[in-house]
Amino acid sequence: MGMTITEKIIAAHSGLKEAHPGQFVYANVDICLGNDITAPIAIEEFEKTGIKKVFDSEKIVLVPDHFTPNKDIKSAQQSKSLRVFAEKHHLKHYFEIGRMGIEHALLPEKGIVAPGDLVIGADSHTCTYGALGAFSTGVGSTDLAACFATGKVWLRVPESIKFVFHGKVKNWTSGKDLILYTIGKIGVDGALYKSMEFTGSAINHLPMDDRFAMCNMAIEAGAKSGIISPDKNTEDYIKGRVKKKSVMYQSDPDAHYTKTYEFNAEEISPQIALPSLPENTKPVEEVSGIKIDQVVIGSCTNGRISDLQIAAKILKGKKVHPSIRLIVIPATQEIYKQALQDGLIEIFIDAEAVVSTPTCGPCLGGHMGILAEGERALSTTNRNFVGRMGHPKSEIYLCSPAVAAASAITGKITPPDQILRN
Amino acid sequence: MTNEDMIKGKCWKFGNNINTDEIIPARYLNTTDTKELASHCMEDADPNFMKKTKAGDIIVAGDNFGCGSSREHAPIAIKAAGISCVIAKSFARIFFRNAINIGLPIFECPGAAEQIQEGDEVEVTLMNGEILNHTSKKRFKFEPFPQEMQEIIQAGGLMNFVKKKMAAV
Ligand code: SF4
Repeated sequence: MGMTITEKIIAAHSGLKEAHPGQFVYANVDICLGNDITAPIAIEEFEKTGIKKVFDSEKIVLVPDHFTPNKDIKSAQQSKSLRVFAEKHHLKHYFEIGRMGIEHALLPEKGIVAPGDLVIGADSHTCTYGALGAFSTGVGSTDLAACFATGKVWLRVPESIKFVFHGKVKNWTSGKDLILYTIGKIGVDGALYKSMEFTGSAINHLPMDDRFAMCNMAIEAGAKSGIISPDKNTEDYIKGRVKKKSVMYQSDPDAHYTKTYEFNAEEISPQIALPSLPENTKPVEEVSGIKIDQVVIGSCTNGRISDLQIAAKILKGKKVHPSIRLIVIPATQEIYKQALQDGLIEIFIDAEAVVSTPTCGPCLGGHMGILAEGERALSTTNRNFVGRMGHPKSEIYLCSPAVAAASAITGKITPPDQILRN
Repeated sequence: MTNEDMIKGKCWKFGNNINTDEIIPARYLNTTDTKELASHCMEDADPNFMKKTKAGDIIVAGDNFGCGSSREHAPIAIKAAGISCVIAKSFARIFFRNAINIGLPIFECPGAAEQIQEGDEVEVTLMNGEILNHTSKKRFKFEPFPQEMQEIIQAGGLMNFVKKKMAAV
């Protein structure tokens, strides 16, 4: 029987010819990742073992991005523990403030993840790198600590579900809308323990930034990973970035899927996920008019350059509605700089938005835009759980950058084509 | 935890898709202090949770318990709060791994998760793979974990398991 791309990558990293769903393996890890919330626990656990050396100082990545620049003393202590550990073990990939970015935008940008890699990260959105044709999955801090020591992770080979997107995406519909739509169809546990494989002509034409946004949210359907077969787009993206060897695995034609969903991309319009689960999705037209207080454009889902370009296109020459606070957060320093050079930052500031240095910040209710009781945010982030962005009685609506920018102008949820004909 | 162990306690019920932001809100994640984490356990799902529970109590939940972030702070907070185990219809996968890795007993048992009522006194015997509801007198069976996972659990969590393995090399 044939294998899926996911099964092939896991087999290759476990010293096996074949890997099939349900199988228990100890896989070799190419890259393991931790941040300022999850790595401190991993470091503590690792130090407790008394093991002197990490398995490979070039394969561990530490990114303080959640509460940084440190919002308080406790956060500063946590970030410091990463810095001290990175120095002690001569880690190649430690990203200090000024060089850092939100981890899942940063690692692909720096060429740290290659197609065919097996990556674990103590962060649930580690599944983002599936967009490069890598198997990558979120784990916990103890998994990370064990990986520091052994370079391995225990895994059960996941079953795969195939999602075929036929046709071409419409104007203003983005990868974010495709994945919100998908989660709306299958639910927040619709892919529990499974790998979501995205294919079809709409995916073939989808730019890399949109692919990252899709794989990023696989976890919001409960999935272990999301993955897209690497192609010409992938090759162009990694050129000049990835210095190591990459392997462009593809699923076999007779690979087994527990389920196949077929969607017509042409029928998918920009989506909104209503509070308080990402599965509560509706086309934007059906919920337009809902009043909001804050708009956030950023995060590991939608803080990339094309996200900022779309937002700037809509906001150019306009002002943010007087009752709205618009917060724009480029995901990495490189994105920030390009946005500056291309004049996007000026457009945002002229529109009276706040532009921040890269940070997760409001996405997890950390800092830089916390909501008060009863406030409502429209956000390009990935989770709208109760209390996620602040007060337990605040609300979050999720959307694409285009919808976020259009709504920031009107003060209420607004389809982008009402502001700008594309 | 060994196979002979028995867990007994009073149950607190939660619904489907209880996420890690409800189990331990991100605003408390700037610490790794387990006592402090425990003091906010389940706060955004039930603000009074820590006031009404006592050590040994059991959490019973629906589908996809622990969905959301990878934060190990979630099972750590539950364990440090003195909760003896979690019974659910299903668990979110990172929560599942984390619970096994830190040695918080969890059981996937849809029948029990559905029928147990808040306040019921429940007993779990690992050896028989059985949950007994003392209040309703009903018994439920659950699938034991695969051999490889049991080895991790029996070592007392993943780090002990790793230490043992590395010492053996
Ligand atoms: S941007 Fe949000 S979802 Fe992404 S890593 Fe940061 S906190 Fe997590």
